Amino acid sequence: MKKGMKKIISLMLAAMMVVSMVVFSTVVYADVNPDFKMGVILVGDETEGYSAAHIEGIKKAAEELGLEDSQIIWKYKVPEDSTCYDSAVDLVGQGCSLIVSNSYGHQTYMVQAAQEYPDTTFVSMTGDFAAISGCSNFKNAFTKVYESRYVSGVVAGLKLKEITEDGTLTAETQPDSFDADGNVKIGYVGAFNYAEVVSGYTAFYLGIKSVMPNVVMEVKYTNSWFDIDKEAAAAEALVANGAVIIGQHADSTGAPAAVQKLQDAGTICYSIGYNIDMLETAPTAALTSSTNDWDVYYKYAIDTAMNGGDIDVDWAKGYDEGAVSITELGESCAEGTADYVADVEAKLKDGTLHVFDTATFTVGGEQVTSAPFDLSFMDYTADPPVAIYEGETVEAITDGYFAESEFRSAPYFALRIDGITEDAEAVE
Amino acid sequence: MSKESAKIKEPFVRIVKRDGATFRNKLAARAVAILLALVVDAVFIFSVTGLNPLAVYGVMFNGTFMTSVRFSWAMRDLVTLLCIGIALAPAFKMRFWNIGAEGQVLMGGLATALVMVKFGQSMSAPMLFLTMFLTSVIAGGIWGFVPAFFKAYWNTNETLFTLMMNYVATSIVACMTNIMRGKASSLGKLNMSNQAGWFPQFLGQRYNINILIVVILTFVMYFYLKYSKQGYEISVVGESENTARYAGINVKRVTIRTMILSGAICGLVGFLIVAGRDQTISTTSAGGNGFTAIIVAWLAKFNTFYMALISFLLIFLSRGASEIASAYSLNDFAASIIEGIILFFILGSEFFINYKMVFRGSKHKEVR
Repeated sequence: MKKGMKKIISLMLAAMMVVSMVVFSTVVYADVNPDFKMGVILVGDETEGYSAAHIEGIKKAAEELGLEDSQIIWKYKVPEDSTCYDSAVDLVGQGCSLIVSNSYGHQTYMVQAAQEYPDTTFVSMTGDFAAISGCSNFKNAFTKVYESRYVSGVVAGLKLKEITEDGTLTAETQPDSFDADGNVKIGYVGAFNYAEVVSGYTAFYLGIKSVMPNVVMEVKYTNSWFDIDKEAAAAEALVANGAVIIGQHADSTGAPAAVQKLQDAGTICYSIGYNIDMLETAPTAALTSSTNDWDVYYKYAIDTAMNGGDIDVDWAKGYDEGAVSITELGESCAEGTADYVADVEAKLKDGTLHVFDTATFTVGGEQVTSAPFDLSFMDYTADPPVAIYEGETVEAITDGYFAESEFRSAPYFALRIDGITEDAEAVE
Repeated sequence: MSKESAKIKEPFVRIVKRDGATFRNKLAARAVAILLALVVDAVFIFSVTGLNPLAVYGVMFNGTFMTSVRFSWAMRDLVTLLCIGIALAPAFKMRFWNIGAEGQVLMGGLATALVMVKFGQSMSAPMLFLTMFLTSVIAGGIWGFVPAFFKAYWNTNETLFTLMMNYVATSIVACMTNIMRGKASSLGKLNMSNQAGWFPQFLGQRYNINILIVVILTFVMYFYLKYSKQGYEISVVGESENTARYAGINVKRVTIRTMILSGAICGLVGFLIVAGRDQTISTTSAGGNGFTAIIVAWLAKFNTFYMALISFLLIFLSRGASEIASAYSLNDFAASIIEGIILFFILGSEFFINYKMVFRGSKHKEVR
C-alpha cells in the first residue's frame, strides 16, 4: 500500500516535471513585427462606454494603417494609481514605442514613466500638463468635443423652436417649463464641476441659444463619470423642475432612459446624449448625441510614431479634422434639422463660427473682454498649494472669442455665464 | 455491549485525524494538489476558451519571470503581503482572529500621507520620515488596540469587531482623500513638486527599502514568536486561557499588547506602501492584502519563512492570472477562476495533511 502510494507520487512528480518543462519551453507570444508596437492603458474595458469608444477608435485606426493585432498590447481596467505606472513600464519592457492612456488621472503616472524612458512616446489622453512638463516625449490630446456639443445644442434648439411655435409647449400646456420672464427651462446632467464639463455645457447652451434665444439652463452634478442611477435621478429632478431638454456629460444611459419614461408618461421632454447613440435606449425622447471620433487622433498618432515622427504635444481637433460629430438624428427631431446642422458644421469646420463668441454670452450682465488663464499644474493637496509645473498666464479671449483648447488640448473654459445656474448640491 | 457495537454498520468512509505527518508527506500532498489543480485548470481553459492550456501556463509563468522588472515587482508585492502576514501571526497564534489588517494598514497609510502633505514642505527629511513612521505605527496600533481592549474587558467578538473596523477605516480614508484632493479629480501622487516623504532610490528602486525592512522583520518576528518570553506567553494564551491564568500570565495584558503589536506592524505596512510604493493613498491602497494575508499566516502555521514561500505562490498566481487576461484579451474573471481553482486545491490539501480517510473494510488500527 505504502509502496504503491510512493510510486504514484513519484509518477505524478515526474509528470509535473514534464509538464513544467513543456511550459517553460513554449513561452508564447504571437509573432511580432519588430518594427512597431503600441501599448494601450485603459481605465475600463469594452463594457464601459468611454473606454469602448477608445478601443473602437484604436482598432479602426489600426485597421486602416494595416497594423496586426499583435502589434497592440492592451491593459484593461487600470486604475488611476501606481498600477498605471507599472503598466506603462511593463509595456516599455514588451517593446512598445508608443503608449497611450485614456483617463485624466493616469497622467501623473504616465509622466513618471516618460521621464524614465525618454525613447518611448507617452500620450495621456485628456491630460493637461504635457507642454509645461519639460518632458519632450510626454504628450496630451483631446478632441474639441465642445464643438459637437454646440451642434447637439442646435438640434435641441430647433426642436424647442418647433414645439413652442406650433403650440405644443406653451405656458398653458406645461406651465412649469417657463420661468417668470417667460424663458423656456432646460437641464444638464454633469459629472463633475470641472472646466471640461463647464466648457461642454456652456457650448451646449450656446448652441440652443443660437436658435432659441429665450432659454435658461439648470445644471445638476452627479460627482461620478458613470452612475446610471444618479444620472437618471438627476434627469428626473431636472424634468420635475420643468426642463424640456436634458443634455448630459456623463457616460451612462441613465438620463435618456429616465427622459423616455417621463415622456411616455405624458411630459414634454427630450434628451441629448453623449458618446453613444441613445436611440435604442430612448427611441422617441433622444434627439442625438455628441461624440468623439477618436480614430482620427489614433490614426495620426500611430502613423506619426510608427514613422519616427514627433507627435504634437497638445493635439486638439474638432470638425476641422472630423474628430467630433453628432450621432444619427432621432425621429423626434424638428423638420429641416439635418440641413440646418450641416450648415452649422460647415461654418465650424471653416472657422467662420466660433462656439465661444463673446458677442453671444455675458457674465454678470457684461460682455467678457478679458479672461486670463494660468496654465500651471497645481498640487492642491500640498499646504499651501504649489505649482508642480509652472506655466504662463495667457489671455484666452482673442479676436472676440474665447480660444478654447488652443493654449492646451484639455478644456479650460470655466466662466459661469448668465442664463445657467449650477445646483450647489450634487444628486444623491 | 460489545456485541451491540460490533453490529453497528461501519460507514463507507470515516475521517480520522492524522497526527504527525512527515515533512515529505506534506510536501507530496501539496505537490499532488497543485498538479491536480493544473489538470482541472487545463480542462477549464480548454473547454471555455479553446486555448492550449500549456501555452496559457507558459504565459502565467511570464507574469512573474518574463523580465527582471516584473520579478522585482513581484518581490515588491510579495513583501507587502508577507509583512501583513507577519503582523497577523502573533494575533492568530494567540487565537485572536484579527480580520482587521486591511483597516489597520489603511490607517497607517493615511497617517503617513497626512504627515507627508502637512509637513512635507517644512520638515527636514530625517524628521519627516521619523514622524511618518511613528504616526503610522501609532495609528495602526490604535486600530489594533480598540478591538483588543473590548475583547479583554467585555469579551466582545473580535472577528466581527475587527471586520467592522475595516469599514470604518475605509470610510475615513475615502473621506480624507476627498478632502485632500481639493480641486483635482483624483489625488494622484503626493508631494510631486519636491518628493518629500518619498523613500530615496535604493539599488535603483524606492521599494527596495520595503523589501529590506520586511526581510529583517521576517527574522525578528520568527525569533520573537519562537524564543522570546512574550512569544511564549502568546502561545500559552492561544492554547488555553485557563492554563495561562494558572501560570500567572495576565491574559488581558497579553491580549492587548499583542494586538497593539499586530496593528502597529500593519500600520508600518501602510507607511511602506505610501512612502515606498505608491506615494499616495486611496481606499484600495491595501488592495485586499489584509485578507489574503490571513491565508498566508494560517497556511504557514505562523512560521514567517513558510509565509514568504506562500506569499510568493499567491503573488505568482495573481500576477500570472492577470498576465493571462492581458495576453489573450480575456477578462479578469477567467483569470480569477484559474487562480481560484489552484488555491482551492492547495487549501484542500491541508485537509488531507491533517486528516485521513478510512474506507470500510480497510484495516485500521484504532486506539480505544
